[in-house]
Amino acid sequence: MRLSDAPKGAQAVVQSVSDAHPADQIAQRLRDLGFVAGEPVRLVARGPLGGDPLLIHIGSTRFALRRNEADRVEVSLEGAA
Amino acid sequence: MSASSMRIALVGNPNCGKTALFNQLTGGRQKVANYAGVTVERKEGRFVAPSGRTLQVLDLPGAYSLDATSPDEAITRDVCLGRYPGEAVPDLIVCVADATNLRLHLRFVLEVRRLGRPVVLALNMMDAARRRGLVIDVAELSRRLGVPVVETVAVRRGGAKALVERIDSVVPAIEPMPVDEAGVEQLHAEVRAILAATVTTPRNTVALDDAIDRWVLHPVFGLGILAVLMFMIFQAVFSWAQPVMDAIEAGVAALGTTVTGFLPEGSALHSLLNDGVFAGLGAVLVFLPQILILFLFILVLEESGYLPRAAFLLDKMMFRVGLTGRAFIPLLSSFACAIPGIMATRSIQDPRDRLTTILVAPLMTCSARLPVYTLLIAAFIPDRAVWGVFNLQGIVLFVLYFAGIFSALAVAFVIKRLRKDKSEHALLMELPSYRLPNVRDVALGLWERALIFLKRVGGIILALTVLLWFLSSFPGPPEGATAPAIDYSIAGRLGRLLEYVFAPIGFNWQICIALVPGLAAREVAVAALGTVYAMSGSDDSMAAQLGPVIAHQWTLATALSLLAWYVFAPQCMSTLAVIRRETNSWRNVAVAAGYLFGLAYLGSLLTYQIARALS
Repeated sequence: MRLSDAPKGAQAVVQSVSDAHPADQIAQRLRDLGFVAGEPVRLVARGPLGGDPLLIHIGSTRFALRRNEADRVEVSLEGAA
Repeated sequence: MSASSMRIALVGNPNCGKTALFNQLTGGRQKVANYAGVTVERKEGRFVAPSGRTLQVLDLPGAYSLDATSPDEAITRDVCLGRYPGEAVPDLIVCVADATNLRLHLRFVLEVRRLGRPVVLALNMMDAARRRGLVIDVAELSRRLGVPVVETVAVRRGGAKALVERIDSVVPAIEPMPVDEAGVEQLHAEVRAILAATVTTPRNTVALDDAIDRWVLHPVFGLGILAVLMFMIFQAVFSWAQPVMDAIEAGVAALGTTVTGFLPEGSALHSLLNDGVFAGLGAVLVFLPQILILFLFILVLEESGYLPRAAFLLDKMMFRVGLTGRAFIPLLSSFACAIPGIMATRSIQDPRDRLTTILVAPLMTCSARLPVYTLLIAAFIPDRAVWGVFNLQGIVLFVLYFAGIFSALAVAFVIKRLRKDKSEHALLMELPSYRLPNVRDVALGLWERALIFLKRVGGIILALTVLLWFLSSFPGPPEGATAPAIDYSIAGRLGRLLEYVFAPIGFNWQICIALVPGLAAREVAVAALGTVYAMSGSDDSMAAQLGPVIAHQWTLATALSLLAWYVFAPQCMSTLAVIRRETNSWRNVAVAAGYLFGLAYLGSLLTYQIARALS
């Protein structure tokens, strides 16, 4: 499932980060920040307006990602995978 | 290179404590805050190590990767590689990593190591790591990375001792690391392997952040907390400062009387000191407490890690109007002063988002507007309680701040609609862990603000005030003149000329005169008004009480119109200069100044005409 669809508080594992278009800077940035296959992530909170942006806990860091950005990250829920 | 000096570059991820470490090493006083992107250009300092060698230290902007996507990161990469123009290759790279956040920061360390330059790793925030129960096997980490590793606590005195000893003993010619061409995935795999072997993490490290974030980022309570916090700040600015302001006012007046008491009444020097220097200085100095209270709140919020949370809460709204959540921090800094605010926009990677933020930053109510607002509010708005708890004057101040925010959002929205590029731009913002603000850093920040303010008062403002005194004293009135002396002076004539332009928005000629030096800096206008009214009045002592004088002479419509003018007008040379420097374009300066003056005239015109029609 997409990271943006993950339930709040659930532990998930990154499967892949896909480019939304060729030479996708944002996808590259996500990989730089640690969104790579095998990394555990958790959706901590959603923004107050329309559930955007998302607060993602990865490693011991927290990143705010807009929904469009989080759409690029494919995850599987821990235990389910 | 000579054996007696050595060049060191500090690099690392944003918010890992490079600048605090730099300050520890060099005794410098760079600004330290708890959000990513404080250092926006390279800073240099030097110190002498115990061995007698001079060490030159470069503090570089934080970078997540050497695969640079922002101007900041490009600087960092180029300096490390010796490609930066006019900058020699550093003899030693000190890679700073947040010990509590090694998973992210180690990847950057690995990238730096691949450059093949001599590297020392400083594991910073070791105190926080221990508090959280993190156990790091430093010897093993050093062995696996193949670089020396030292522990530091940059925010504590002596926290960089181990690093200094290490640097001092380093022979600056470590053989380069073998350069491998691992991809991002391999880097992360390597980081995970290193972490697994060297770091023991208790499961509940993030429990505190989670507990706070649950409330602070709650869709309803989070926004509520933010609104209450902002409102409290503005109430505090007004109510806490009052006793100190009264004391300063009385103090300056007493000093003026004492000093000028020795001079013959009616002499030019007496007038210059009394009407020029003391009337001008007193009118501005009195606002120091308010400015410091405002800065106190901003500094504490910055240090605690709350500000990026506020940016998170507001991102969606700011995105809709064409900004980004990242713009929140520069815009909030602009409440103190637009200059650091505009400089802080460098942490917005996206050039489009950045330009929009720069253009609207001057609309945020900076502390230089406070003297004008406070003077007018105190003179025209009754000091009475509303619903028992709030103060009417505080509410008006809040409304003025809100008018600035609202117009900034509106302008950003117009810019968004006008531009042709509608492509996607990312947020990707790091939210740091909460931490208790360090009393020393906050006190240092306040001290610096006070000094800057006092220097402005003592320099620009004093000079302009004295210049204005000359303009309003000469030429003197002819024999047998009946009107006040200022009417015959250069300033008086200039003011009457300007009055034609400003009459439709309700400004009298005294205001027009004050606005001319006020073009250089907003708060000068208050000092100028003090001088103009002292010069045109017969009673010398009234300069100390500018408020009652204007309350008596102006209509409410004029006061409201001047308030509206100050919400918009770009009366600050330094802001325009910094826009020019940051965007490298006179066109952007012209656009900013043009639209701001346009809005100011329009806003004042509407305010004045409506207020007059209603009264």
